[in-house]
Amino acid sequence: MPAQTITFEPDDKYNAFLTVCNKPAHTRGKLAGITVAVKDNISTQGIETTCASKILKGYVPPYDAHVVGLLKQAGAATAGKTNMDEFGMGTTTENSAFGPTLNPCDTGRVPGGSSGGSAAAVAAGMVKMALGTDTGGSIRCPAAFCGIVGLKPTYGRVSRYGLIAYANSLEQIGPMGKTVSDVSTLMGVIAGYDCHDSTSQNKPYDHTPLADIKGLKIGIPEEYFGKGVDPQVATVVQKAIGRLVELGASTVPCSIPSMEYALAAYYVTCTCEASSNLARFDGVRYGPAADTKKSWHDAYQEVRSAAFGTEVRRRIMLGTFALSSGYYGKYYSKAQAARENVRKDFQRIFQEVDVIAGPTMPTIAFRLKEKSDPLSMYLADILTVPANLAGIPAISVPCGKSEGMPVGLQIMGRHFEDERVVDVAYAYEQAVN
Amino acid sequence: MVTEKDVQHIAELADVGVSAGELENFTHQFNAILEYFDTLDRVEGQGAAARDLYNILREDEVEPSLPQEEVLRNAPAQEDGFIKAPRVM
Repeated sequence: MPAQTITFEPDDKYNAFLTVCNKPAHTRGKLAGITVAVKDNISTQGIETTCASKILKGYVPPYDAHVVGLLKQAGAATAGKTNMDEFGMGTTTENSAFGPTLNPCDTGRVPGGSSGGSAAAVAAGMVKMALGTDTGGSIRCPAAFCGIVGLKPTYGRVSRYGLIAYANSLEQIGPMGKTVSDVSTLMGVIAGYDCHDSTSQNKPYDHTPLADIKGLKIGIPEEYFGKGVDPQVATVVQKAIGRLVELGASTVPCSIPSMEYALAAYYVTCTCEASSNLARFDGVRYGPAADTKKSWHDAYQEVRSAAFGTEVRRRIMLGTFALSSGYYGKYYSKAQAARENVRKDFQRIFQEVDVIAGPTMPTIAFRLKEKSDPLSMYLADILTVPANLAGIPAISVPCGKSEGMPVGLQIMGRHFEDERVVDVAYAYEQAVN
Repeated sequence: MVTEKDVQHIAELADVGVSAGELENFTHQFNAILEYFDTLDRVEGQGAAARDLYNILREDEVEPSLPQEEVLRNAPAQEDGFIKAPRVM
């Protein structure tokens, strides 16, 4: 079957793309001729893949990530590689080595992160769909901030083969789009078993969204409407949940006590995993050349201090510290116990309810450079990290505006019930549009 | 509390380097973040036992892999078909 090409020349005013493919090829299939943007931490054969880091500038992967192969099989045209926080480390896309992405809804604000380029490309109508990755909210946050739909699948449902790893035990590749149907269609293409990912589960996704939610029980955790959550955002989300009740759902108040330490557990886990994963970037197999005449410590340090951004170095150091002798018990081991408690809290709540709903983000999109202190930036992830710690599916769907900016409604579900969170988001979307 | 000396030591362990100008800021931020991590002191219980999937292994059989030139393509320093690295000894 001969491949066809299409012309893709977006007016990228938002710095959403790091690489644009002007004449992408495509074949026939479910996504025939549809332009799909791919986050720049997902390997694309023959197309530069940088993770928005200077340390991978010029790196051209010799193979495709499993999901990219699936996109090609489905006939999609890879439109380009999207901007992100360097290695996925951030909540704004300001941590890109190649400049921030701007929010198409207000160019004075961030698009969220770390999949900010993918979200902006979809929100601005440059592409129909995009792939993002979500380690602690990196699909849902930018979806919420840019007013689009983003799904973090159940851990293990989408292969991570070819995803340049940051925190393996937390991250998943997932679909982003303007509508729930688009997200569902893309999920159907990328989900399924892959022998190259040892955490891959044989759970393909073959689903058409259904808007019927009569009798659905929705858990409303008090922590999602408490301290740190902007009251205006909370009001918009409560109204959206009211809409779901009008459609025949009922709400059940609940509590996730482990939220008290979930964010700390998340940051300990992801920085520890990052410190190990990012050890491979040393200027030997790829990246800027290490000076082979120097001793290896000096050579690596020279390359890494020059080519890694500040946030990446900060997280590598935090992880190195937390795993160092004498601190393992205090940090990593406690974080894993905390993670198990998060999982148990969800398990308990899901015995009584079908899904859990709340805001995706505690605020609307920040202004550029608003979050200059790392800890205050980390705190913005409080509502998204629990789903990653527990490995459950979670979707963000636009549910109104606050101060003229989009607000996201987050729906979380049981393991491997991605279809159900999609249906609830679809029911809401159909009711308001 | 971590000191500037601790941060310097961690930076060396992690091979990320830290300049004199960055040291004060990093130390200050680390202390704020580590203080926040102290909420973990209140956690009770243990980490998860293995579930669902356990030790996913495959037979040790040769499978198709990339040709040598593809593997070397991104390496900045090469010699006689090998990747050249800084001296370790």
